[in-house]
Amino acid sequence: MIALKRSLLARAADDRMVVAVALALAATAAVVVVGGLSGYRVNTIGQLACFALLALALDLIWGYAGILSLGHGLFFAIGGYVVGMHLLERSVAETGITPDIVQFMGWKALPGWWGPLESFPVALVAAMGVSFAVAFVFGWASFRSRVSGVYFAIITQALVYVAMLLMFRNDTGFGGNNGMTGFQVAFGVPIQDPAVTKGLALASVLVLLAALVGCRLLMIGRFGRLLVATRDDEVRLRSLGYETLRLKLKVWCLSAVLAALAGLLYVPQVGIINPRVLSPELSIEIAVWCAIGGRGRLAGAIIGAVLVNAVKFALSASLPELWPFVLAALVIVVALIFPNGLLDLGKWKPTLLSRARALEPRDATP
Amino acid sequence: MTVAVLVEGLTVEFGRFRALNDLSLAIDYGEVRGVVGPNGAGKTTLLDVISGVSRAKAGRVLFDETMELTRASEAEIARSGVRRKFQKPSVFEALTVRDNVAIGLGAKPGADGPEKVARMLETVGLTSEADRLAGELAHGQKQWLEIAMVVVAEPKVLMLDEPVAGLTDEETERTAALVKALRSPGRAIIVVEHDMDFVERISDRVTVLHEGRTLFEGSMARARADAAVVDVYLGR
Repeated sequence: MIALKRSLLARAADDRMVVAVALALAATAAVVVVGGLSGYRVNTIGQLACFALLALALDLIWGYAGILSLGHGLFFAIGGYVVGMHLLERSVAETGITPDIVQFMGWKALPGWWGPLESFPVALVAAMGVSFAVAFVFGWASFRSRVSGVYFAIITQALVYVAMLLMFRNDTGFGGNNGMTGFQVAFGVPIQDPAVTKGLALASVLVLLAALVGCRLLMIGRFGRLLVATRDDEVRLRSLGYETLRLKLKVWCLSAVLAALAGLLYVPQVGIINPRVLSPELSIEIAVWCAIGGRGRLAGAIIGAVLVNAVKFALSASLPELWPFVLAALVIVVALIFPNGLLDLGKWKPTLLSRARALEPRDATP
Repeated sequence: MTVAVLVEGLTVEFGRFRALNDLSLAIDYGEVRGVVGPNGAGKTTLLDVISGVSRAKAGRVLFDETMELTRASEAEIARSGVRRKFQKPSVFEALTVRDNVAIGLGAKPGADGPEKVARMLETVGLTSEADRLAGELAHGQKQWLEIAMVVVAEPKVLMLDEPVAGLTDEETERTAALVKALRSPGRAIIVVEHDMDFVERISDRVTVLHEGRTLFEGSMARARADAAVVDVYLGR
């Protein structure tokens, strides 16, 4: 009976965390709507929500399916670049101002094939479609060859690095080193307008909330259980008649699309997209956010991403050179004291200490 | 009586090591076949090839006299009704006992799925543990859980790789009773095991493998009397 209570306890605790985070997100959305916050704060909330969505995307594949990607910046960037192209098209259409990119790329106007992206629905579908297609081809090739664990992680890292080198080149056609900036309007409103800041932050928080609830429902269902089974013992699952290739491909593509959405929401809020989001460091950091918050519980990814980035924002204003040391210290402390992430803080009571150990999900180390 | 699994001229190599060397054998429906032999004789490799985990260099494996298994994927083989319990207890530790068995039922469990799962749990004596995480089970319970996972789908060919390794005498006793209960005219059961008394109790015939070949085939009693078997495996 005690054992039975234990596993129910673990799941109930996870459910409570998800509900708590969902409520906090709803409250945040309400605060953004009601107002009273400075534009800077609202913008920060919006950015944090995008990072949290990115972490959530990674947690789906790493925490549940045990597939570590160190290249998720690629999908984030796909969303970012597509929305960048959309914003430039809108800006030109509505203000007539020639954006910088046209000058430094030596163009006469924006490339003709960007035209359809002037429509936001088209841009949205394009961002999701391209990230899905890239993820599908790469995932299919890797999973079919049964590349997994660290090997897969290293290949994803190489992939994002190759993408970065490619995008740094001017002749790739996306602004090279400078990327895209100088967006004038978003959704027909001047981009500096507080309403835009508010709207984007609100959209980010709500998309994050929807993604959290949707993913949680998906993960506690049969699909999620099969993913956990894949993580625990893929050969066992295959020899019970399941095509794990399909399972992995599905969650991998879903994760990529969520990451692209995060990028799509992020870029209008910071006003720039350039190849630096493709740097391997960012992609590794996403994994760090998940690890710090706690893998395989969705709420942990959000908490980790928000916490780490909030500290980063605070420090980069005052002591930017201190940041790498703080991050490193955080990683070490979490690894030593809470190997399953900060979510364990809640269980860290003397009476629960021994239990907490026993009911941890098995490590999803690749 | 039809042959459940027909192995013909099977050769498997790992680098320069020949794990199976031109092996041929036939296992009938309705029988329990013990496969024994010293370490490295190729017992687990044989199960690996039948279940699609390892690939053969030469030869073929026919299931049900029609399906060629050496070219099918693990999942296809499993779906056609050939299931296997691994040597190391392989259960999904982060899922509950009940979920583990439900997954064993396959992608389309059907309306009576939960009922089948409940009955299976009863059979292996894990009903009271149904809502625990599989990772919390004792070793013997994990062995039974994995047997439940592969048996719940009512396989035509059931392969058990060392089902009593690490079990207490009492647990071994219960496992023997379980295997006997699973014996049915429409099913072939292949058991790889080092515990000779266990093998003798459950199997109709035994195949003794040595260096990737069949050294002996027949009853356990005759195997014990066979000079070559005694020499390479049983000892004096």
